[in-house]
Amino acid sequence: MAETPVAVSGGWAPLAAGLLGTLAVAAALFDGALAGRAAGARSRMGRPVGEVARLLRQRRRTTVAADRLLWRIGGAGLLGMALMIVTVVPLGRWTLFDLAVGVVWVNALDVLAWAFVWLTGWGANSAYAMVGGYRFLAHGLAYELPLMFALVAPAVAASSLRVGEVAAAQQGLWFVVWMPVAFVVYCLGVVAMAVWGPFSPAVGRDVAGGVTAELSGVDRLLFLAGRYALLAAGAAFAVPMFLGGGSGPLLPAWAWVLVKATALLAGLVWLRRRMPALRPDLFMEVGWLVLLPAVLLQDLLVAVIVIGG
Amino acid sequence: MTLRTVLLVAAALISVGLYGALSQQVVVMVMMGLELMLNGVILAVAGLWWFCAPDPSGQVLLLVVLAAMTVEMAMGFAVATSLHRIRRSDLTDTAADLSG
Amino acid sequence: MLTHLVFWGLAVVAVLTGIAVFVVNSMARASYSLALSFIAVGLQVLLLQQLYVGVLVILMMVMEMTVMAVYMNMFMGMNPAMVSMNMVHGARHALPVSVGVFLLLAAGALFAPWPSRRGSPPADVTAALGTELMGPKMLTMAVVGVVMAATIVSGVVLAAHRTRYDRLGDDLRRPRAADPQPGGVGR
Repeated sequence: MAETPVAVSGGWAPLAAGLLGTLAVAAALFDGALAGRAAGARSRMGRPVGEVARLLRQRRRTTVAADRLLWRIGGAGLLGMALMIVTVVPLGRWTLFDLAVGVVWVNALDVLAWAFVWLTGWGANSAYAMVGGYRFLAHGLAYELPLMFALVAPAVAASSLRVGEVAAAQQGLWFVVWMPVAFVVYCLGVVAMAVWGPFSPAVGRDVAGGVTAELSGVDRLLFLAGRYALLAAGAAFAVPMFLGGGSGPLLPAWAWVLVKATALLAGLVWLRRRMPALRPDLFMEVGWLVLLPAVLLQDLLVAVIVIGG
Repeated sequence: MTLRTVLLVAAALISVGLYGALSQQVVVMVMMGLELMLNGVILAVAGLWWFCAPDPSGQVLLLVVLAAMTVEMAMGFAVATSLHRIRRSDLTDTAADLSG
Repeated sequence: MLTHLVFWGLAVVAVLTGIAVFVVNSMARASYSLALSFIAVGLQVLLLQQLYVGVLVILMMVMEMTVMAVYMNMFMGMNPAMVSMNMVHGARHALPVSVGVFLLLAAGALFAPWPSRRGSPPADVTAALGTELMGPKMLTMAVVGVVMAATIVSGVVLAAHRTRYDRLGDDLRRPRAADPQPGGVGR
């Protein structure tokens, strides 16, 4: 049993934010490179950088009778959410916020995605943006419950809701090995709350960008950055939950956390062009009739093993 | 933060919710009023637990309040949907009788 | 000291956003100000050391208010900030009644001889709640579970407008359900 992480002072928060930002930028660059390869160009790794510069200079557009307050809250909210999630992710021996119910904390935060994405769609007072918002909620109804029960499995196995203790409970065997269903569903949930890949109909091209249809300038930059940051934060949280935390040979624990998070993040980014978009109406049935029972069975199995072993 | 101040805030929340539940015409807004009252109840129970008798069993009451809230919301939405479907209306005044 | 400041800040937020629910003129703003009120109360419950319940309040209520906003728009389709709502009826009685109730409750809160604290909080509040629910208070948990299941069933019964006879024919013999929405699992 490795020692559980200790909480460090809040002064280290900028470092955590910086790490999250670095991961998010790396994800954006990697996605740019993949986009370039898919388009047949040599490399378009620089494209995200150019996009950031363009959006920073662009003037904010607004629409008639937009609900600006809610619109701005929604657009900036995803980034805030991602930052709040990484506060409970231990980096090796240190954690920012050693909350006794860290797992539930992350769960409460991921529900905020519903509010923020929908508000971004609502605030613009535009039909396409609104359609995007509803598409996201429909996805949300399907992915949220399986995601919640997926988070239950590691907590049950570690008999703790403290993220550090969940990580420490995987010294012998990583949870991903004996709860693969929960891991896959968790990854699906992360992808969904970042409105990424298969869950991109909410920002789909068929509805002129959906939620992002009317976003411009800094608002658009914040929303896009929030999506990458959420993807990164979700990958980082998977490390203590499923991937053994900081355990690994040679490298120190904090380095292993970063390596694992980066690897998972790269996988999720790569997935974007490998999976078809899931239509919200069809995915609803998949979520309730396939994913939810599968995850419940996984939880039952974990509980039986924990009690029996 | 003492028991009295916590209960005072809870009382404020409960009465604001009561105002909403009494004054609103739309079913969903009435539900919002009820929710706000339960919000006050949650705060009051949490305060009483912490300041009066912080033994393990008290928190169970909070979970029951939360469950009551869930039931209230779910049934409220279902009734609102059904009302809308049958009467094309969402006003409490048009739902004063019990016949379908 | 800091705890007191945070508590009062949250209290002001909770009550003001609670009032805002019935003042603002847009459905989305009304439901999200209620959500904010719940988040403030959830954080106050965290201050009162009930970590699990506090976080749970935030989790549940944000979700419910998102659904609430959708319902409000569905039934009362309005553009944000374009239509002012006045949906009050019987405000004449509502205001005095609620002020009276507040005065009564506040007087009770301030002047009742509250007992001093008995016992001390358990070391791990969340674990204590769990053992309590799965031990001595198991009956509560079982009843809540049954009530929830009944709620799901009756909610669906009330809200659904198509029955199994619409889907599978009068003798329920249709091999494939006739649904307006094609696709999904097994269809």
